[in-house]
Amino acid sequence: MKRNVSIKSMKYEDFNDNEYIEQMLKELRDNGTNVIVGCLDDVIEWGRSNSLWPLTFATSCCGIEFMAIGAARYDFARFGFEVARSSPRQADFIMVAGTITNKMAPVLKRLYDQMADPKYVIATGGCAISGGPFKKSYHVVNGVDKIIPVDVYIPGCPPRPEAMLYGLMQLQRKVKAQRFLGGINKGISEKEYEKMMRKDTSRTEDYRDYDESGLA
Amino acid sequence: MFDFGIITGWIHTQLTSVMSEQLAIFLECVIVGILLLLVYVIVAIIMIYMERKVCAAFQCRLGPTRVGPWGSLQVFCDVFKMLTKEIITVRHSDKFLYNLAPFIVILASVMAFACIPMSRGLEILDFNVGVFFFMAASSIGIVGILLAGWSSNSKFSLIGAMRSGAQMISYELSVGLSILTIVVLTDTMQFSEIVMRQEDGWFIFKGHIPAVISFIIYLIAANAEVNRGPFDLPEAESELTAGYHTEYSGMHFGLFYVAEFVNLFIVSSIAATIFLGGWMPLHIPGLDGFNAVMDWIPGFVWYFAKAFFVVWLLMWIKWTFPRLRIDQILTLEWKYLVPIGLANLLLMVIVVVFKLHF
Amino acid sequence: MRTTSNIDMENKLDIKEKIAAMEPSAVWSDAGDGMFRVPVSSFRPLAEKLKNEEGFDFLRSLTGMDWGEEGLGCVYHLENTATGENVVISTADADRDNARVPSVHDLWKGANFNEREAYDFFGIKFVGHPDLRRLFLRDDWQGHPLRKDYDMALNPLNMENEGNEDEAPSYEMTPDGGYILRRHPLFEDQEYVINIGPQHPATHGVLRFRVSLEGETIKKIDVHSGYIHRGIEKLCESLTYPQTLALTDRLDYLGAMQNRHALCACIEKAMGLEVSDRIKCIRTIMDELQRIDSHLLFIACLSQDMGALEVFFLGFRDREKVLDILEQTTGGRLIQTYNTIGGVQADIHPDFMKKTKEFIRYMRPKMREYQEIFTDNVIVRKRLTGTGILSREDAISFGATGGSGRASGWACDVRKRHPYAMYDKVDFEEITFAAGDCFDRYMVRVKEIEQSLNIIEQLIDNIPEGEWQMKVKPVIKLPAGSWYTAVEGSRGEFGVFIESRGDKFPYRVKFRSTGLPLVSCIDTISRNAKIADLIAIGGTLDYVVPDIDR
Repeated sequence: MKRNVSIKSMKYEDFNDNEYIEQMLKELRDNGTNVIVGCLDDVIEWGRSNSLWPLTFATSCCGIEFMAIGAARYDFARFGFEVARSSPRQADFIMVAGTITNKMAPVLKRLYDQMADPKYVIATGGCAISGGPFKKSYHVVNGVDKIIPVDVYIPGCPPRPEAMLYGLMQLQRKVKAQRFLGGINKGISEKEYEKMMRKDTSRTEDYRDYDESGLA
Repeated sequence: MFDFGIITGWIHTQLTSVMSEQLAIFLECVIVGILLLLVYVIVAIIMIYMERKVCAAFQCRLGPTRVGPWGSLQVFCDVFKMLTKEIITVRHSDKFLYNLAPFIVILASVMAFACIPMSRGLEILDFNVGVFFFMAASSIGIVGILLAGWSSNSKFSLIGAMRSGAQMISYELSVGLSILTIVVLTDTMQFSEIVMRQEDGWFIFKGHIPAVISFIIYLIAANAEVNRGPFDLPEAESELTAGYHTEYSGMHFGLFYVAEFVNLFIVSSIAATIFLGGWMPLHIPGLDGFNAVMDWIPGFVWYFAKAFFVVWLLMWIKWTFPRLRIDQILTLEWKYLVPIGLANLLLMVIVVVFKLHF
Repeated sequence: MRTTSNIDMENKLDIKEKIAAMEPSAVWSDAGDGMFRVPVSSFRPLAEKLKNEEGFDFLRSLTGMDWGEEGLGCVYHLENTATGENVVISTADADRDNARVPSVHDLWKGANFNEREAYDFFGIKFVGHPDLRRLFLRDDWQGHPLRKDYDMALNPLNMENEGNEDEAPSYEMTPDGGYILRRHPLFEDQEYVINIGPQHPATHGVLRFRVSLEGETIKKIDVHSGYIHRGIEKLCESLTYPQTLALTDRLDYLGAMQNRHALCACIEKAMGLEVSDRIKCIRTIMDELQRIDSHLLFIACLSQDMGALEVFFLGFRDREKVLDILEQTTGGRLIQTYNTIGGVQADIHPDFMKKTKEFIRYMRPKMREYQEIFTDNVIVRKRLTGTGILSREDAISFGATGGSGRASGWACDVRKRHPYAMYDKVDFEEITFAAGDCFDRYMVRVKEIEQSLNIIEQLIDNIPEGEWQMKVKPVIKLPAGSWYTAVEGSRGEFGVFIESRGDKFPYRVKFRSTGLPLVSCIDTISRNAKIADLIAIGGTLDYVVPDIDR
């Protein structure tokens, strides 16, 4: 079975400037799947792509435009994105809106780690993509893709809300082009994960002894 | 008024004719249970969709538009998303309680949901102390929330849980008092009876002043009871990120989310049942023609219309009012609502004793 | 404009003589605005006299400096709020490795955070400062970045989670003239400390509070900033003057126009360039539109923080109208990059006046809507009235300018104190309240929207003809000296301090943050409040985090 990826009321030609999603689509078309798995996958991806909840996260200017797309004129609720969660556990994607500094970088990484799979990252604005106007600064990370994997880049300083919506639709397209069954949900075992995380947080772990009763 | 008791009775006789009584009752229980869960889920889906559309309307927005007509399939997308999302267990948390908490909340919600009569003959749990049972069942939910906050090993969650403990237990009192006021008027605690007694006029009209007061108290207290704004302190987004469910992800969070909305529906339908006649059509004594016309509209339509009207009222309040502070919430309850509720109860007793009601 | 600078000059002469009499070792230098250079040993006594006897109660700005061979030091901009006198004092310690300057945190509370900043950037040890931790950078950061001899390779990206410094170091003087390092615990062992931020919906960006709680009551707040410290001041030192303009918009993005206005005005002052009335008028209108935009966002965010989401959307709905007007002329929604040195980027759009007038007609009745839905709401009143009281003395001492200062009864509007652009020619009221609580801080902003509409209304039909860009040489070099110019930003006094050595690059640029004083007073005003109050206090103080961190 061949899966089709389309976004409602958007022509395909308006979208094909994104090479790596094109690549994903091609792979998807070339390797057909079992009908049942394919149909199920289609439904799941349809659901996932239309219900991407953002994490309320913003560091600077782009954050205001992020609020603007939530507000009345641009209204990303139309796409089902409006349930902005403040807890990273419940969010589906993190929109890195603004500059990430050296001090913020570990925090951002941690936020990303705290999110539940499947999770996505959108780098919004020049600062998040490459450091933007602050590229030469001593305290600015030159692109969040150095810290966490980025799915969609939205250029601009800050990007217009229309550009953000376009970027969000690209993310929807990417989600639709994925295979949930046997694909992205093939995670690592809990033990491996635990090991990985422990390596990462060992420093803070030593820092304070936890009380197993539940209160640290 | 069509009585669904005829259908259920017919099914029962059909079943007993082919199998033993016990087996038939067991089978009926299973069917009823499945139906209950089905209705529960449907209500949840409608509620979430309604919330998103209603709040969009209040906020000069459109709300979901892109999946299905008017975005009506939005909630199904959310469900698929939630179901496929990873469930995170937090290290250093009390794993058993952590996993148990969302189910306690949903269990309490389903039990309370089962008490509500939806149409004549369409009641699942209906016995002589139904009001009592409802109060007891719905308060189990607090335990779930407290457990969730306690077992997550997160300071935000704990503060959220403590807030909800203080808030929900306090407001339970006002809910009880306002329902008690109507119980005094009806002298029954059985929900189906309460509805039947409103045949010649809804209690909010029959009980006039004390009934209206207790209706208002009930709306405020019930709103607080289900943690909806302006009383959404336990999950106050701008203060505690997500309150007691900060650490929950995937379907665990989904259960809290669903329970919140269905709880809102439950308290609204209790308000509709007790004050606005439940499935009972609008009857005005003396106008028989009018009453006959009203009877043409099926009971469950009346019931859902009233319940969703109250839901809409509460949503309006939620999206317009800012959140209260914890001390203000407790002041409102203990210094205002409880004394007023007690005085109102006394007033109702006087009204009933001297037959001043309609 | 001319008259006010004359008054400034007279004041200066007056205070100049007084200081010369007070401290014979103080040296007056005339370059730029002119300042006194005081040796470190006699700085503290002079500062005490200025504060206690001469009434210089407002520390406008404290700038750390690296003067190369003259050592490390600070520039203090002081103002007497009663008389409006201004004086600039600087001091330097030639010992670069161990520069020590006496702390003035007890004279001006605002100095507390500013000295921590100067320590962070230059490594100047402030003797007697109670809590000399780094303010912006990580505790394990190597070196001090704004020093001229700082090595960029010292600090690669460190992805290890940052530990919490639980002890505050302080340098104290011993009787025999030496210095000792003391450490004070920040929190007790048994305190329930929660972290609010850096990722938190109500901190308006990436600010972090460590809050010690007793139940729901706040016992102490430890502010951590620097999560969005982008090193703009250091970047400016390697950019030519026109290039530096690009960064100001991104400081306080809700005061983009005003920030850039301040920097342009400062450079123009240094160049001795007087801009045409048309430019002044356009800049004034743009500043006021920006102010309306910012205040609308303030109302929106405050209501969102308090849980009344409907008003959030109303605020954004009206804000889009302002953005439409700005976008038509400047091409940008948030970052407008409109002001240039000696003018503006482009003349106003032909429809500008029509649209602005339409907006004024639209906005006036809308204010009533906010009044009905939000201001008059009983819960809003209950939650805002009486919480987070900032006294007038504290406001001045912390340097909490803008709406927050005016709510405490301090008439601190730069537009009135040191009129610039067209503000001395328009008739508007400076809104002040007395209580200094959250509600007053909110009301100041609401009333200021109306005043801004008045200002725009007076100017919009009377934009004089003239050039919109003065003739400026392509390469701009400022004479040696230092200048300070302030404008009334959306949330307080936004100042720019430039020190030039006659080059085409500035030697040092310092932006007086509008938000840093506001954040420094948050511990004082939210003690014994509830968590929910902290959110309301943070909302009404109306800080923008990138502006604090720079």
